Amino acid sequence: MSKSAYSTPGKKGKFDKHIIVVWVDNEAGVLARVVGLFSGRGYNIESLAVAEVDAKLNISRITIVTTGTPQVIQQIKLQLKKLVPVHKVADFKREDKNVIFKEMALFKLVGNITKRKKALNACKKYNAVLLDKTNKSYVVQVTALRREIDLMSKNLKKLGLVSVSRTGAVAMTRGAEIFK
Amino acid sequence: MSKLSTGAEIVFKCLEDQNVEFIFGYPGGAVLPIYDELKNHSSIKHILVRHEQGAGHAAEGYARSSGKPGVVLVTSGPGATNVVTALTDAYMDSIPLVCISGQVPTHLIGTDAFQECDTTGITRPCTKHNWLVKDIKDLSKIIHDAFKVATTGRPGPVLVDIPKDIQFQKTKYTKPKREKKLNGKRQNNFDQKDIDELIKLMSKASKPIFYTGGGVINSGPKASTLLRELVDATGFPITSTLQGLGSFPGDDNSFLGMLGMHGTYEANNAMHDCDLMINIGARFDDRITGKIDEFSPKSKKVHIDIDPSSINKNVKVDLPIVGDVQDVITSTIKTIKKTKPNFAKSNKQKISKWWEQIQKWREKKSLDFINSDETIKPQYAVQRLYELTKGKDTFITTEVGQHQMWAAQHYKFDKPNRWMTSGGLGTMGYGLPAAVGVQIAHPTKLVIDIAGEASVLMTMQEMSTAVQYNLPIKIFILNNEYMGMVRQWQELLHDKNYSESYTAALPDFVKLAEAYGCVGIRATNPNELDDKIIEMLNTDRPVIFDCLVDKQENCFPMIPSGKPHNQMLLGPKDQEQNKITGKGKTLV
Repeated sequence: MSKSAYSTPGKKGKFDKHIIVVWVDNEAGVLARVVGLFSGRGYNIESLAVAEVDAKLNISRITIVTTGTPQVIQQIKLQLKKLVPVHKVADFKREDKNVIFKEMALFKLVGNITKRKKALNACKKYNAVLLDKTNKSYVVQVTALRREIDLMSKNLKKLGLVSVSRTGAVAMTRGAEIFK
Repeated sequence: MSKLSTGAEIVFKCLEDQNVEFIFGYPGGAVLPIYDELKNHSSIKHILVRHEQGAGHAAEGYARSSGKPGVVLVTSGPGATNVVTALTDAYMDSIPLVCISGQVPTHLIGTDAFQECDTTGITRPCTKHNWLVKDIKDLSKIIHDAFKVATTGRPGPVLVDIPKDIQFQKTKYTKPKREKKLNGKRQNNFDQKDIDELIKLMSKASKPIFYTGGGVINSGPKASTLLRELVDATGFPITSTLQGLGSFPGDDNSFLGMLGMHGTYEANNAMHDCDLMINIGARFDDRITGKIDEFSPKSKKVHIDIDPSSINKNVKVDLPIVGDVQDVITSTIKTIKKTKPNFAKSNKQKISKWWEQIQKWREKKSLDFINSDETIKPQYAVQRLYELTKGKDTFITTEVGQHQMWAAQHYKFDKPNRWMTSGGLGTMGYGLPAAVGVQIAHPTKLVIDIAGEASVLMTMQEMSTAVQYNLPIKIFILNNEYMGMVRQWQELLHDKNYSESYTAALPDFVKLAEAYGCVGIRATNPNELDDKIIEMLNTDRPVIFDCLVDKQENCFPMIPSGKPHNQMLLGPKDQEQNKITGKGKTLV
């Protein structure tokens, strides 16, 4: 017999990656409410992006990348909808072809010009923008998928990458429709 | 230009417009302007508690017994942290509370000022919503919103943190707007199709059961009346969670008693074997379901709940109906009357086998215990208390532990809002202050806290509150000198290693009662029990009743955690009859 006052865990379902988009009133503590809900209920946050998107209506848009069983994802949505400052919640599967996901990264590259040029070249296919250059360094901006940026940050190490700064994913549906 | 009011005045104007009659509170530095204003508002009576946790539980007792939100007023820092247990308790059991806390002046926030704490940060996970008022112009709207959030949808606690400088500042007061929807959050989200589907399932079922919870109580007394109609109209058996007790008469033949970890044999077996489970306002809590993977394996499940996030949280259901219990039952009864006016009669044959089976389970008499002539058995004490208070429209609160389960098993309720117990959070020390709040709401009614000696000591100081306001609450302590439920688990599961569950030094509760200025009564054997209970009931003052009970008694039946509903441990009487040997014996 179990010595615990609680039951033992049941069968676990399959984990899926989801992108949850939350529209909230931009007020003090709102991010803490959303993030606190995740930590308090043991949900996972892989990345988080948040900024005001409508200054007039005072609306912020939070994009959260998370993993969980279908049941957990469903709970995340329903629990988020219960928060008073939350207006609407959208949920996209990572594999959804109808949704565009992008992350941005800034790479600081230090080294000789040959190496740096090579690095910049490697970044080309990820919408590379050279934001700053000196005799010794570049700062390059790329926008790409998470795994692409993961790969670039690994590959650029040997080409003089000394610092990486990156955002969480943001998402938007393709086509003319907007999420209501 | 209309008259300007201070923040403190606005607080009271809001409370007046929200029809608040009582606030439970404790003064301190950061709420002094509000306390200063109290004298100008005679329609609002302040109840001075002895500890802020007591204020919270008293407000809960007030709310649960009256159906109105409870209001709490505390100071910053320790005042706010002390109320956190009560807020969490109210959050778990869906009790509407509005807590107003003082905060250090705006310019000192973040400086670690005297009695400063991050109140909104601390209470964020244990309230439905909270607000830090940074601008006096927002104050009236925030307080009105607070009442709205606390009382709509699934009810719960909210907190408004008001810095001291805001309490002094002046602005124009604004009255509450009627029927403003918060972000369009609607309460009902079902249509006739769902009801038709429910009735289809009902007419197909041969082993149906209603599983009802606190949602029925929270939906208002009308919901309980409708529930009785629904059970009549269907002829289905009904069981209730701990929180739902009272929504259906406890002595009715359709009622199988409470279900769950210490529920009856018939209720739990019926839940396990049914082919249709209709959950009305309950939430598939782990004390109810036992082992989730083996929970009621053969049934279609319907879940009626006002909170969409309660659906499919623990148990996957076949038909979710999101809505206020009262509205869903109304539609259901209406549809039954229209489409199947003789449903109960025509269906009787179909479910007669099911009732026969239930009758067999009932014959186990799982709540029976071996009585004694020498010592008072705790179950017997609750039974006598029930028999002697039956028909008096009694309000019962409890603490948490064995006595709570015995009260739930042996005290029969026939009306909603008469039973106040801490179910979700399981807060020892809940019952005494809750009884204070209940007695405030119902000054002429009989209010009894069925208590354990360990729990009641956690908030014993509130006896002083009861004496101050002449609240004749009765604290009925089942005193076994142990933290009984802890002791029971240690006996059954930890090889009788009674680690720290015995209280070696207890106060003399009779003398303690006298010290507080109330009445102490002690019962030591079964022969004098009735007379002593009658003496308690005839005393028009607060009473502490020290009922010395059997120290070893365990609470049965019991589903050990991690086990499904059909693997219950039954009491010693049943074991004696069935001569459980070997492995079975080591379990008990």
